[in-house]
Amino acid sequence: MTQSVIELRVSDEDRRVAWLATAAVGLSLVDAAIPTPLPGLKPGLANIVTLVVLMRYGWGTAVWVSGLRVLAGSLLLGYFLAPGFFLSLTGTTLSLLTLGLAMHLPRRWFGPVSLSILAAFAHIGGQLLLARAWLIPHDGVFLLTPVFAGAALVFGTINGLIAAKLLAEPAPLEAPHV
Amino acid sequence: MKAWLALLLPGDWLVVLAGIAVVAASVPIFWQGGMADRAIIRQEGKVFAEVDLRSRKQFEVAGPLGNTLIAVEPGRARVVSDPGPRQYCVRQGWLMRPGEIAICAPNRVSVQIAGRTKVYDSISY
Repeated sequence: MTQSVIELRVSDEDRRVAWLATAAVGLSLVDAAIPTPLPGLKPGLANIVTLVVLMRYGWGTAVWVSGLRVLAGSLLLGYFLAPGFFLSLTGTTLSLLTLGLAMHLPRRWFGPVSLSILAAFAHIGGQLLLARAWLIPHDGVFLLTPVFAGAALVFGTINGLIAAKLLAEPAPLEAPHV
Repeated sequence: MKAWLALLLPGDWLVVLAGIAVVAASVPIFWQGGMADRAIIRQEGKVFAEVDLRSRKQFEVAGPLGNTLIAVEPGRARVVSDPGPRQYCVRQGWLMRPGEIAICAPNRVSVQIAGRTKVYDSISY
């Protein structure tokens, strides 16, 4: 008889991703709890985590944390595989790609605030395009563009400032080992 | 406040300004509903004339009660006079936004502003 015990090795990197993703999911829930006048108009607080992760641990970790956040967040809020999930996924994918490019901007000049604003615009741009192509195939969708773009700018700036503040502090000790 | 501002690097200011420019530019691009670019005059429900809103013209449209006078100016149009009893379409004044419409029902004449994209309202339905 062959004994098959599958052992999953959990590296420190895995633990870190899990903890950071948890923080991001928590912020997603806070996001969802904030009432907004327009569906889709959200502060996107979880992006603070993405930004901090990006600056501290690199793009790969940021992709993991964001991906897990979208997945777990949608499961917790009950919109997994619903239209909102794909909107969220598209927005996150585009903003991660943007961040992947923007992170190579000279750090001396462009801080987290720049990255945050660019990512916010990419996020809302992707969502609007998906909504136009799939959910509401009418140009009327774009009537909301100025509102969403304005929100992206404001929330992008605020989230970027919070991320910058967090990054200015010394790195915390590694996530506690359980 | 000062501590927060110190977190903004010079490039960040540039990005913020560029962001403001993008938002400002998006307002006229997306809130035109299509810029108002044509006036459609209908008589008995059929299109009588489609006028470019860059021109300045006057139209006399004949209806069962008499002539309805319609003026088109750059960016706007209105019913100047109408033989109808209640004058609703005249009192509506200038129409400038896409989708706006003045209907002189008794004389069966209407003038509507149209943009690049079609704007729906309850009348369209």
